[in-house]
Amino acid sequence: MNAVALVLTVFVACAVEAVEALTIVLAAGLTREWRSTFQGMAVALAVLAVVVAVVGPALTLFPLGVLRLAVGALLAVFGLQWLRKAILRASGYRGLHDEAGIYQRQVAAARAATAGGRHGVHDWYAFTLSFKGVLLEGLEVVFIAITFGSNQGSIGLAAVGAAAAVLVVAAIGVAARAPLARVPENSMKFAVGVMLTSFGVFWGAEGAGVSWPGHDAALLVLIPVIALAAVGYTLLLRTARAAGPAGPGSPPRAAASTRRVTSGEGS
Amino acid sequence: MSRWIRSFGMFWYDFIVGDDWRGAAVVAVALAGTALLVHAAGLNPWWLLPLCVLAALGWSLRRATAGKG
Repeated sequence: MNAVALVLTVFVACAVEAVEALTIVLAAGLTREWRSTFQGMAVALAVLAVVVAVVGPALTLFPLGVLRLAVGALLAVFGLQWLRKAILRASGYRGLHDEAGIYQRQVAAARAATAGGRHGVHDWYAFTLSFKGVLLEGLEVVFIAITFGSNQGSIGLAAVGAAAAVLVVAAIGVAARAPLARVPENSMKFAVGVMLTSFGVFWGAEGAGVSWPGHDAALLVLIPVIALAAVGYTLLLRTARAAGPAGPGSPPRAAASTRRVTSGEGS
Repeated sequence: MSRWIRSFGMFWYDFIVGDDWRGAAVVAVALAGTALLVHAAGLNPWWLLPLCVLAALGWSLRRATAGKG
């Protein structure tokens, strides 16, 4: 895989996570106070930096075959989870990831929470909301950047893609001062799910000892095949959903979709 | 301490595996089968993991949508 593909894949995957972190930070900062929000963000970034500093060099100690097997397996499982959710969303079985809706719920919760400080932080709620949001979304950024970078022997290049995504999203967020609801997040998640699964399968099989026909060029077949299968599953589920009556005990569609949207959505 | 370790483990399980553990199980079994075929039988089963992953995806989607209109 060339450098451009590596940077682009990491960039898109990390941009999705950065958009989600931005929504939480904006909700905390605009409704509570910016100082505690930035403190939470800074502590989360420091924790992430420690994770990168410890895990990154440690990965280079493993033989490449072992690394590809372990990282490939993790990526394939992780990608399968993303792809499954993306297909369920695209086919209407799960509510679309709605950044504006999530923002409104975070704002309502932030307004309802009581004020109060701890450990030198003026607003503990804003601090913890920002800390958790940045840490959890940041862990996904770190996971993707490290797994892709270590397998390609260029963690630095993957870090460039991840950092560029975070900076671009942060810059747009600062300019807009609103959640980036118009980013085609669901389509991006679908594409990222395909890429994570494809690279996971490629590296996992290589780590298990397989020699791919055409070597790296096999990815040019593997990625479209997995993408086509995912689109096929989506179309099948859409057709089944449109044609099939609700089974016994199934909630009405409107109520079900409302519940899905309000229950909070992960990646 | 044990509660913290449990929470830590649950976080990583949810982070990597998510809602359906069966997908992870299929990937693990397929990788073990691939390694076995390569090293014990001298084959090159490059097709096994992609097939299993796509089948696992279909199976998981079927389970997730069963009985829902």
